[in-house]
Amino acid sequence: MITFESVTKRYPDGTVAVDRLSLEAPTGEITVLVGPSGCGKTTSLRMINRMIDATEGRILLDGEPVQGIDPPTLRRGIGYVIQQAGLFPHRKIVDNVATVPYLLGWDRKKARGRAMELLERVGLDPALARRYPFQLSGGQQQRVGVARALAADPPVLLMDEPFSAVDPIVRTNLQDELLRLQSELNKTIVFVTHDIDEAIKLGDRVAVLRVGGTLAQVADPKTLLSEPADDFVREFLGHDRGIRRLQFVSTEALRLRTDLTVPEGGAGGASGEPWLLVVTGDGRPVGWRSGERPGELEPYGTFVHGRDSMRTALDAALLSPSGCAVAVDEEGRVVGVATRRALDEALAEAADG
Amino acid sequence: MGDGPPSIWEWIGRNWDTGRVDSIKSLLTDHLTMSFVPILLALLVALPLGLACVRWRWLYQPTSGLMNVVYALPSLPVFMLLISVTGLSQATVIIPLTFYGMAVLIPAVVDGLNSVPDHVRQSAVAMGFTPLRRLLLVELPIAAPVVLAGLRVVAVSSISLVSVGALIGQGGLGGLFTRAYQNPFLPPVIVGIVLIVALALIADGLLVLAQRLLTPWVRARKGAAA
Repeated sequence: MITFESVTKRYPDGTVAVDRLSLEAPTGEITVLVGPSGCGKTTSLRMINRMIDATEGRILLDGEPVQGIDPPTLRRGIGYVIQQAGLFPHRKIVDNVATVPYLLGWDRKKARGRAMELLERVGLDPALARRYPFQLSGGQQQRVGVARALAADPPVLLMDEPFSAVDPIVRTNLQDELLRLQSELNKTIVFVTHDIDEAIKLGDRVAVLRVGGTLAQVADPKTLLSEPADDFVREFLGHDRGIRRLQFVSTEALRLRTDLTVPEGGAGGASGEPWLLVVTGDGRPVGWRSGERPGELEPYGTFVHGRDSMRTALDAALLSPSGCAVAVDEEGRVVGVATRRALDEALAEAADG
Repeated sequence: MGDGPPSIWEWIGRNWDTGRVDSIKSLLTDHLTMSFVPILLALLVALPLGLACVRWRWLYQPTSGLMNVVYALPSLPVFMLLISVTGLSQATVIIPLTFYGMAVLIPAVVDGLNSVPDHVRQSAVAMGFTPLRRLLLVELPIAAPVVLAGLRVVAVSSISLVSVGALIGQGGLGGLFTRAYQNPFLPPVIVGIVLIVALALIADGLLVLAQRLLTPWVRARKGAAA
């Protein structure tokens, strides 16, 4: 656990970057520091590994004040991932990943072995190990950055806007990958971002900081969205706070209809329903057929029933002219259809809770 | 061959190794000493000075200003001035050439170190490098291509500038040119020019080779860009 005890950072010119910040980052969880630029989130992060020293207050690492630990020693025990990956251009990927093990005096073979293991773990082709950082894409470099931070198996990981310099698709992949890694590794992670969506997606706890380095609110994402502490937090969360809250509402309770599907090539269905979902022989969706134009198939949207959130289900419904969302299982086979009425009922419920 | 001036090959054969100070072999040795000692000295001085200029930024402007002035001084009067201190020795040539080398190498070291991206330096700090290890294992290797490029300029110019020292009797192969004044006879001039150019090309080639061996990642980067 990382504990901030009334930590202040004041620069010689009088600027206060962080103002009496008290915060806990629990062991094995992802704590996200989020806020606009100038809110002191990066400064706070860097005070943990003493790249910046606090002016007042204490930062404790499992009860021990970091100010009492020699900086290089402290840093070798804390993984660090930086925005542009910060890979060493003159070292091969494998040696970049093995940086901290080398510093800790591991022998070369053991360090490289560990590096290869980690490359695989973060989803990189081992063939990349012999290349130099310039030969990798931004997303690949960022994965190497994560592998490097994990190389000596530190219990704590600091991440400073690690995914903000890559394109949105790669960013989403990296975020999913981080959550997958975290479910295996259970590190104590402090993650800095200015992107509230990223904070809500990744954080077990989200700390919102305001300009001047004061803490506005710290809460789990769901509470943050439903009970923002003040106007600043409300504004920072953005206008579609209600929609975003749906990503914490499960689709498990969503009522599904199973009588709206017809097999591919089958008859038009005499049920009188305006829309019917055409499925393949093994249960995969093909498209919606309307009663008015039975010759054409319209697009459909799917969500994984029970796993995906109401937000995904609603999105799936809006993607189709039928207004219905297709529920599938993990293998992509249709398990039912959530109609407008079913969605409506679930939304009404979510709005209450 | 009998009468008439000797051919160039005959002249080389006769003057290659006479055991006297003006034999081609001993001039070549002198030339090598007077060009390589300044290159080495300049590098040895420029490295710590360059580091200091990066560490304390206010130092860079005065240092580079002074070095530019030194670089602008014509070599001949500098040699003349130094004679009163160091006499007609090799040091009279070596000292100014060292300063010329520094004038090129100090900015090269500074530019090289400044070419280390900030995020790379910061991640080195965050990984737990001590300042000395960071310098030796991260910053200097990344600065190496820029420093080596400066070193190539210094090597070639140093090898060619030594010959000016012939005017004070310490010019290495440049000594072959002064003889042509006294006696309109071409072979010594041709031999001098060919040897100096060859030396410069060999030194440059060795440095290019060193660059390839020391900084394979630069080539990798160019390959990726192509």
